Amino acid sequence: MNQFVTYETAWCPGCGNFPILNSLKTALEELGKQPHEVLMVAGIGQAAKTPQYLSANSYCGLHGRALPAAVAAKMANEKLTVIVNSGDGDSYGEGGNHFIHNIRRNVNITHFVHNNQIYGLTKGQASPTSKEGHVTQVQTDGNKNAPLNPILLAIAAGAGFVARASSGDQKQLISIMKEAINYPGYAFVDILQPCVSFNKINTYGYYKNAVNPVGEDHNPADKLEAIKIAMELGDKIPTGIIYREEKEEFHRKNFLLKDGIPLIEQETPKEVLTQLIQSFI
Amino acid sequence: MYNILIGGAAGQGIDTTVAILEKLLKRSGYYIYTTRDFMSRVRGGHNFSLLRFGTEEITSHSYVLDGIIALDGETIELHLNQLTQKGFVLCDSGLKNTKEDSRIIKLDMNQMARNIGNAKVSGSIAVGAILKLFGEPLTYVEEVMKSIMKSEVLDVNIKAIQAGFESVEKRFDHLEGGFNDYMLISGSKAVGLGAVAGGLKFYSAYPMSPSTTVLEYLASVGNQAGVVVEQAEDEIAAINMAIGASFAGAKAMTGTSGGGFCLKVEALGLSGIAEIPLVAIDVQRPGPATGLPTRTEQSDLKFVISASQGEFPRMVIALRNHEDSFYQTIRALNLAEKYQIPVILLSDQYLGDTTACVKPYDVSDIKLIQPAKEVEGEYLRYKLTEDGISPRLIPGVTKNLVAADSDEHDERGWITESAEVRNQMMQKRMKKLEGLMEELIEPEFIGDESGKTLLLGWGSTYGPIKEAVSILNKKEGGGYGALIFGDIYPLPQEKLKKLTPNKKVINIEQNATGQLASLIREQTGITCHDSILKYDGRQIAGEEIVSKILEGGLM
Ligand SMILES: Cc1ncc(C[n+]2csc(CCOP(=O)(O)OP(=O)(O)O)c2C)c(N)n1
Ligand code: SF4
Ligand SMILES: [Mg+2]
Repeated sequence: MNQFVTYETAWCPGCGNFPILNSLKTALEELGKQPHEVLMVAGIGQAAKTPQYLSANSYCGLHGRALPAAVAAKMANEKLTVIVNSGDGDSYGEGGNHFIHNIRRNVNITHFVHNNQIYGLTKGQASPTSKEGHVTQVQTDGNKNAPLNPILLAIAAGAGFVARASSGDQKQLISIMKEAINYPGYAFVDILQPCVSFNKINTYGYYKNAVNPVGEDHNPADKLEAIKIAMELGDKIPTGIIYREEKEEFHRKNFLLKDGIPLIEQETPKEVLTQLIQSFI
Repeated sequence: MYNILIGGAAGQGIDTTVAILEKLLKRSGYYIYTTRDFMSRVRGGHNFSLLRFGTEEITSHSYVLDGIIALDGETIELHLNQLTQKGFVLCDSGLKNTKEDSRIIKLDMNQMARNIGNAKVSGSIAVGAILKLFGEPLTYVEEVMKSIMKSEVLDVNIKAIQAGFESVEKRFDHLEGGFNDYMLISGSKAVGLGAVAGGLKFYSAYPMSPSTTVLEYLASVGNQAGVVVEQAEDEIAAINMAIGASFAGAKAMTGTSGGGFCLKVEALGLSGIAEIPLVAIDVQRPGPATGLPTRTEQSDLKFVISASQGEFPRMVIALRNHEDSFYQTIRALNLAEKYQIPVILLSDQYLGDTTACVKPYDVSDIKLIQPAKEVEGEYLRYKLTEDGISPRLIPGVTKNLVAADSDEHDERGWITESAEVRNQMMQKRMKKLEGLMEELIEPEFIGDESGKTLLLGWGSTYGPIKEAVSILNKKEGGGYGALIFGDIYPLPQEKLKKLTPNKKVINIEQNATGQLASLIREQTGITCHDSILKYDGRQIAGEEIVSKILEGGLM
């Protein structure tokens, strides 16, 4: 039963965003989600158009600001399955501060970063994950900044679910997406995504050779091992669920939300206001 | 009416002493009005509070003092010249000060405190002395102290008050007031309380003086009142969180001061184009940049009415007093929901930190506006309608899919670049202003309608201007009126047009450029003839306005 519909996109033919969109559709369907229960949140960018192309609730806010809106929507209504799809520029550049602090906040949402190592929508400038030496119309002498390692950063900042996937391996991607959506807490997946128009370095061919799924024997609960794997970013790029730890999520620690009644369904007794007024007399 | 100043360094307990005195004096029937003049430091420096109390409503601070409680020598140095001839200075005999003055009463409060058995109760000794000096009984001491103090220190503090009481002679007579049933609340707490009354479910902010009191108050009552309060990682997160929560159906608000508001500006436009209700309060302080963090100014008016790129409908309400702080916050939440727009509340340090008596807030007929539950037929989030207001459903609550988009979008909420749709959507959004204009509240007129001088003000100068008009009309036998704006953008114009002709119009503002005057000129062509502008971070007092007007020399 195909519950989710995808719409016509404005992406370039061959863009790595297509397999991500299709995988997400399949993952949601296989998880038995209903479109009206799902809220797709994004910032601005090519990746951030994803919510526009799938039949679910959608919130396309500001560049870099998807996470604050997403976690707050979840605080308002825990019944929503909240999923962020945004770019590497959006998530690690403009929204870098929100990335770090929402790892700490650990609200039960899923964050898929379409990491094409470039600013796609603005036509090909370096992103926080662009390789050193990558020449663009702005980085005319080649990118001088060391690329960010988002997996390492996420583990170090204390994320409970950290994975890397590739849009070239949909089977693995779907399986990771399902695990991430089901994870009770902030689940982070960095998805390697070719940009056929502006990134001539990290191409389908490049990823095909580089991607290296972690073996069955990898224990995602082993933090030191996970950090070691996260640091492997040479010719081989490890993919899979790299780190996983059960942590108490935001809602379960919050006085008002811990019992699972969505905030928007809670009614404050009328007497409370009278009591508060009385407290000033 | 009496007026006392309690001054000292940060960390010497001015706040506690004032809080106890305020409560005791109100319990005894007085109307209370306390302003705070604090430096941006945790220890040291010179801070003071002015506690004015009387048997009628008080709306301004005053620098004419009946008494000074000096916790340090600097307080005496700086304020003795403001003391009336009958006045007194109360201080510890150990205090080193250069001034010799017969009005100074020295008590060995430190020794007395040690005798009572707790070195920290000297503040309560001063409270006892003040009660006696103003002819107050000790009747309410136990009751009031119980409501403030922890039980372990209750007895020693009551003893200290008695000891202080016995150590001085009465100077002033008790006046009989009827305000003991009134509330005593600060402007910022009144905003928090109003937000709760307005159905607030979510508040996100990043700490910034002087707005932090709103955050702290809501945090202190959030669990009880059903408000999730989240300290965001920065102001950009704070406002985007509020918008996200609001989109998902929780009435939401964010608060900050000017610097934080600067960071929030882009998201203000998001609320505008995505038509997501939002209330944002700016508790103003002097800028630019860090400015004077703990002081007051009204210089963000022109900024907030035009903040953010592009054009979208918004509402700006300036809070004038402790009633506005409560009722207008409720109204702001309702207007934001009704028109699906950002509503900005402008307060400032003066109003936010001033505690005053107010008639207990009436919550008997508060009606909260809520989003629609469901719609018939095909759902279009941004449906083109007669009044520009489209049906707002809450995602997950409805089976329909709900979209929000910061790009220009069609009726469904999908990105479009069609010129035709762009025009329709701009017109639809701007159309909402027409409804809003009809609900605007005209500025409040105070004083003599037939007078030849009209003072114009907005927001927190309401109180000082009100006092000034009353003094002026008494002194001059009439002739002065004032119009003071609460709703300020869009600008209500009816009374302005009716009352300004053939009058000398003077704008009084806590800024350097006369922002209200320029807004009025832009919108109506009416020009002010003179202005009183103050931008030193200290609120103008009613008496200052009077002397500026009578002594002339206006700019
Ligand atoms: C505040 C702000 N700054 C800049 C932009 C312009 N902008 C839009 S998307 C983008 C970067 C997109 O890169 P990324 O997030 O990696 O997404 P991609 O297009 O590559 O999927 C930029 C700089 C904007 N919309 N808003
Ligand atoms: S520019 Fe790159 S990321 Fe954007 S749609 Fe085209 S291929 Fe995809
Ligand atoms: Mg990118």
